[in-house]
Amino acid sequence: MRKPLIIRILTALDRKSWLALGIFLALCLVVVPALHLLVPADSPFHVSTYAITLIGKIMCYALVAVAMDLIWGYGGILSLGHGLFFALGGYAFGMYLMRQIGRDGSYGAELPDFMVFLDWKALPWFWQGSDSFGWAAMLALALPALVAFVFGYFAFRSRIKGVYFSIITQALTYAGMLLFFRNETGFGGNNGFTDFKRILGYSITAPETRLVLFGLTALVLAATLVLARWLVGSRFGRVLAAIRDAESRVMFIGYNPLWYKLTIWTLSAVLCGIAGALYVPQVGIINPSEMSPGNSIEIAIWVAVGGRGTLIGPVIGAFVVNLAKSWFTVSFPEYWLFFLGLLFIVVTLMLPQGLVGLWKKRMAARPAPAAGPLQAEKGVAP
Amino acid sequence: MTSMAIPDTAAAVRLEGNDGGAQMGHPASGELDLSHGVALYLENITVSFDGFKALNKLNLAIDDGELRCIIGPNGAGKTTMMDVITGKTRPDRGKAFFGQTIDLTRLTEAEIAHAGIGRKFQKPTVFEQHTVFENLELAMKADKRVWKTLFAWLSGEARDRIADTLRQIRLDKEADRPAGLLSHGQKQWLEIGMLLVQDPKLLLLDEPVAGMTDDETMRTAELFVSLAGRHSLVVVEHDMAFVDKLGGKVTVLHEGSVLAEGDLATVQNDQRVIEVYLGR
Repeated sequence: MRKPLIIRILTALDRKSWLALGIFLALCLVVVPALHLLVPADSPFHVSTYAITLIGKIMCYALVAVAMDLIWGYGGILSLGHGLFFALGGYAFGMYLMRQIGRDGSYGAELPDFMVFLDWKALPWFWQGSDSFGWAAMLALALPALVAFVFGYFAFRSRIKGVYFSIITQALTYAGMLLFFRNETGFGGNNGFTDFKRILGYSITAPETRLVLFGLTALVLAATLVLARWLVGSRFGRVLAAIRDAESRVMFIGYNPLWYKLTIWTLSAVLCGIAGALYVPQVGIINPSEMSPGNSIEIAIWVAVGGRGTLIGPVIGAFVVNLAKSWFTVSFPEYWLFFLGLLFIVVTLMLPQGLVGLWKKRMAARPAPAAGPLQAEKGVAP
Repeated sequence: MTSMAIPDTAAAVRLEGNDGGAQMGHPASGELDLSHGVALYLENITVSFDGFKALNKLNLAIDDGELRCIIGPNGAGKTTMMDVITGKTRPDRGKAFFGQTIDLTRLTEAEIAHAGIGRKFQKPTVFEQHTVFENLELAMKADKRVWKTLFAWLSGEARDRIADTLRQIRLDKEADRPAGLLSHGQKQWLEIGMLLVQDPKLLLLDEPVAGMTDDETMRTAELFVSLAGRHSLVVVEHDMAFVDKLGGKVTVLHEGSVLAEGDLATVQNDQRVIEVYLGR
């Protein structure tokens, strides 16, 4: 019998994965808020604002990493321009946050400060409606989707693949960065947006607001993982992996790879847009450097370190690399990029399956009749 | 794990599939018309690559239900001909029709596959990371547009179909193994199975028995002979014992056009054919 979609999505995860997800959500929605609000700041169990912001930020990155994994790990398409979609989502939602500042800016004007500084008298047309939360949220989804769809349509229709595709995405995000650097573009030039005061009328720095954003990010990340697991376990996911492994065979059995690639590509961009929109209010700033080519390459490194084609791998990779980064940039700021490069080389040479692959190899090496890496991976999606 | 043809229930839940109803829903494919008894018709097909004519005014007609063998020395244009028929290569000149109405030069690879032409590559090409069962599931005739595939589930009927095909290609014990672990000959069989579940009217088979044992080769010949009639088959092969066993009409290609046509004994005694094969 055909089962309703919701049941199929819910059964996409096995019991162990649901348990892990439940623990993760309980930590983020109950334990962390309680430790932050109820435990006094001098207690060793107190979770600081710094920690909440850091973890919240990394969860946004993890969401981007999962989005990256969907197209790279499962679709075989390496994008080195995903920072663009992240930044577009961030900017779209940032416009709303700028409007929420109201007259509390340095100039006390209706217009955002940077517009006053540029001596603009009225909002540009594309800022219309940006005072509405719903419009901004919609824009954060629609803008990355539109850019990804149009770009992807032409790139995939022309059958641009492999390293050529990667280079073009890199150029795309670079072009985006240059565009947003210009003051005339209307998004605050190289300073971008910052100095936010409120979200939906609530103070953006209030502990409760932070915790809500933190919990929301955790929920979105969890939901994305469930959706992604269902997706890669569906026939669609198998066609996608088939396109990755033998594209011409897929065409000759009657699938048009263009629409498959375009679907996952656009979905991936939308997830990045959501991540960007969640990132901006938590971190409190968005500027064109998010679109710098280096940032997009870093996303690929998170996925490679964690293990592509595994879904949980990218989340682990995003956490490991970014926690290392926040430690490094405090202790040895000038060596971080060297370390990142070294990490990428080591992972590529020694751990082609990333940390998850290493763990699986360990498990398989134990005397118990464990499954090979392939079965183990498939086994996650009964 | 290799115990049976029909996968266990755990796999069954995962292999939701095809809604069975929406077959042949492709808008651009047109209707296949075989009323004049011709399955494939190529006229004056010319393909050049940087001045080299891979195909030179090639004419070929395959009847509905016919089993045709194509032979010829390397570089005769056999694979290019298949590329033209399946939409991978566009001819510079000439006509290519599937049945009476479907103009192959205007369709994409996927549309041609939908219209009912299946192709086996020279090098066996299967999805190595997928299981044997999944390979067949993906190949199976269904609505292959994204939205349908996203919510597809595997009906009992479709499952039976796959199980039948698995037995037919003698891979029922390997159903849950990754296709990458199969032997060369088994991969050839799997690819043939992937063609069968597509239920094409015309099968193009490029060196289907390369790498098979003699026993496997003979079984393949029996399978192809049994398919003729309901399907049209075009087989490119170098193995003359296999061609002989198939017993159909043979076309000899040379330098991009047809050199001779007839039963195997006739073309083997043709002076020009002997020259082409021996005189180089």
